[in-house]
Amino acid sequence: MEKISLEIVTLITGIILLLIGIWGLLTQKNLIKMVIGFALFDTGIHIIMVSIGYVKNRTAPILDQAVKTNEAAEKIVDPVPQALVLTAIVIGLGITALMLAYVLKMYQKKKSLEINHYNELKW
Amino acid sequence: MVKNSFIFVLLLGFVFLFFNLFADFSGNTELNGLAGHYAESAHKEVGAANLVTAVIVTYRGLDTLGEVTILFLSAAIVSFLLKIETASTENRKLRATSEILDTASKILVPVIFIFGIYVFINGHLTPGGGFQGGAIIASGLVLILLAKPLRQISQRLISIIESISGLSFVLLGVAGILFAAGFLDNKILSLGKFGTIFSAGAIPVIYIFVGLKVGAELSSIIANLQENQKEA
Repeated sequence: MEKISLEIVTLITGIILLLIGIWGLLTQKNLIKMVIGFALFDTGIHIIMVSIGYVKNRTAPILDQAVKTNEAAEKIVDPVPQALVLTAIVIGLGITALMLAYVLKMYQKKKSLEINHYNELKW
Repeated sequence: MVKNSFIFVLLLGFVFLFFNLFADFSGNTELNGLAGHYAESAHKEVGAANLVTAVIVTYRGLDTLGEVTILFLSAAIVSFLLKIETASTENRKLRATSEILDTASKILVPVIFIFGIYVFINGHLTPGGGFQGGAIIASGLVLILLAKPLRQISQRLISIIESISGLSFVLLGVAGILFAAGFLDNKILSLGKFGTIFSAGAIPVIYIFVGLKVGAELSSIIANLQENQKEA
């Protein structure tokens, strides 16, 4: 049996998480659950980006005894998607906190977390 | 029913979209040009052993400044939304914190703070950096609040730390324009011996400020959410 490689596994995991996130955003009526759906969507995208930057049989982009400076180009994975994902995680955290603050405010206004009770902007 | 089938079709569309990505994807076997350049010359140009740090703080330093700004903005909006309008006199009825949590938080919180500081000081050598270290420090604050839910966190101290570190970050960037090649260039300090703690020029200094700033911002978000809970 052919071995499934690491990057394929992580890519599938990322895509599944992303689809669960979209499904949660579209079907859930509870505001907190929608925020969780968004967070899952976010995480799925991060995993997809890291798995695309992976290079077969290589190690983390940190130069030490295991990866000498002169052979770094043959031994490390792509550092750019990892830096990008680090940025994206922090921004995702900020957005999630912001959404939770809005949810808290909405709850204080109407004492309800059901999206159906907020129909002022519905058309 | 129509709505459900619409959701199903949309999900199917996403599956199709990502199946294309998945079907063409076979895994990389070598680095692309940009990553190859970073791998070969980052240790000469920047002097950081952790290449992710080299990319974040130096090659893409301006993006990091923007990112810290976005985090600051979201923390500011959270505190604007959740500011306490009326000083509430009645507190929530809370069960007493268990002895284990109370004692453990006293022992663990200083250790967590020191670990966070270690993570952002060593950001140029080991996995970690300012953002991770800041998040660890904020997690220590969560432990404090779990043990003592009614404890007041000084917003004043948080905002002072946040402003000073943010200003220092920008000033170090401007010092890069004046004394080195460009904005946020790390060669304003000597690059030092590769792989030691005093190396990579200004990267450890910048990461200390980033770590303090991120820690202060996340702490302010947590403190705001906690204070608002008392009112509800």
